[in-house]
Amino acid sequence: MLAELRSRPGHDSLLANLMRWVLISISLLFLAALLFAPLITVFATALSKGVHAYLAAVDDPNTLSAIKLTLLTAAVVVPANTLFGLSAAWCIAKFEFKGKSFFTTLIDLPMAVSPVIAGLVYVLLFGRQGWFGPWLEDHNISIIFALPGIILATMFVTFPYVARELIPLMQQLGNDEEEAAITLGAGGWLTFFRVTLPKVRWGLIYGIILCNARAMGEFGAVSVVSGHIRGLTNTMPLHVEILYREYNTVGAFAVASLLTLLAVVTLVIKTLVERRGYKSR
Amino acid sequence: MAAVRAAAGDTYVQPSVLPGFGLTFGFTTFFLSAIVLIPLAALVSKAGSMHWEEFIHTVLSARALASYRLSFGASMVAATINLVFGFILAWTLVRYDFPGRKLIDALIDLPFALPTAVSGIALTTVFAQNGWLGQYLALAGIKVAYTWIGVTIALTLIGMPFLVRTVQPALAEVQRELEDAAEILGAGRFYVFRRIILPTVLPAMLTGFALAFARGVGEYGSVIFIAGNLPFKTEITPYLIVIRLEEYDYHGAAALGCVLLSISFLGLWAINYLQHWGRRRSMATGR
Repeated sequence: MLAELRSRPGHDSLLANLMRWVLISISLLFLAALLFAPLITVFATALSKGVHAYLAAVDDPNTLSAIKLTLLTAAVVVPANTLFGLSAAWCIAKFEFKGKSFFTTLIDLPMAVSPVIAGLVYVLLFGRQGWFGPWLEDHNISIIFALPGIILATMFVTFPYVARELIPLMQQLGNDEEEAAITLGAGGWLTFFRVTLPKVRWGLIYGIILCNARAMGEFGAVSVVSGHIRGLTNTMPLHVEILYREYNTVGAFAVASLLTLLAVVTLVIKTLVERRGYKSR
Repeated sequence: MAAVRAAAGDTYVQPSVLPGFGLTFGFTTFFLSAIVLIPLAALVSKAGSMHWEEFIHTVLSARALASYRLSFGASMVAATINLVFGFILAWTLVRYDFPGRKLIDALIDLPFALPTAVSGIALTTVFAQNGWLGQYLALAGIKVAYTWIGVTIALTLIGMPFLVRTVQPALAEVQRELEDAAEILGAGRFYVFRRIILPTVLPAMLTGFALAFARGVGEYGSVIFIAGNLPFKTEITPYLIVIRLEEYDYHGAAALGCVLLSISFLGLWAINYLQHWGRRRSMATGR
């Protein structure tokens, strides 16, 4: 492909080269304003009062509990959605059944829905006036304004991420190896673990890190179900909002910088996985 | 042969050597229902339990209409901006080589991976009156933060990866030999662009547009910091839903939620249709 990128015969004219530099400049300026400026602002503002202020902001007890809550949520949501993704990919990619494309579209549904709706639906189910509200209150179980609600809302939002990567991948890779394994006498589980999983491992990793990034960074859905109780029901993104609204910009951007580092690490892993030959559709 | 196939077609799932359909289909359906379908049903049911007049009154109230105008309008503008600049970006990444190209290519996905609250506060700081870029725009008399312009800029950032990532593979698919052949036969560059390149990437561009638009209408975190959230002026629909929830007006929130949900369904349908159209096109051209 690089050979094509070098100048092609007949395309070396002044006009063509001018066009090339104009387009590259426009692209870079667009990205600079929209992407680089905010990115640099996060770290510049976080460190604007010096490293000590930065570390103090991160070391604050409310921040630490927000970090813990975020990690805990991701630790529950990511494995659950991975399990779901593997199960969905197996039944969709390996079998033919009626209504399969409708089923697949249903799985994609959370991606098209606003995160506020993701939170709203759980408030309508488990909130005080919700379907299960009275029952939950009688049994003293709180889901909304507590950890379970946050986990459920996050699960809704990140629901399709792993499945979306695995389904086209498994469809593309086909069933031949698995069928061969079965006909040679391997059981279902053995086939799954020793034949299928190794085949899809890069797509699986890709889906998992995307799911994780979204799970840790989710704001809208969690904001609706959370109750914003500092130290108790605040995830990192919510904590960023609280600090920002209190005009504690250094604190807000300090926590934001941690989330940004997570995003950058996610992109790095993503690039590494793609280097191994895995191309997301 | 036909008899065997007819017998097999009578079951829900086609018989296969592979095991596990029952288990995986059952688990998948259970999870899907519990996490997605039943909660969404609760939303529709809550809105459905309203009287028709009350529903219309909530959904078509002046404040709601103002929020639709902002949410849909800004998403439309942002998606259009992304259509133009996203295409330029994709073109630059696919057809030109320059130092840092690989890095830029990787960074395109950043808005996708970055938490919305982070991009929200970062954009607000950059475009505030005394911000890096905001100060220059202020000199030109343009106020960005706390206006619909700020909302549009935030939605442009959010939608950018969708357009670039859908157009890039389509652009890479354009057959250079066709372009060369056309030029040898005397076609100008614009003709080549219009008749060879554009038709190949058009389905991808429209799909990216629809994705960016659908995402923009529902976007919350990156917009509420830069928007200002003044009712009737700079209030987006998702924010209005949150206000209704905080007022314990569950019916109102559910009604507005149904409006957003229908837009999501419409968007999903449009995207499916466009992707199907795109696939049929590439089959017709034999690639």
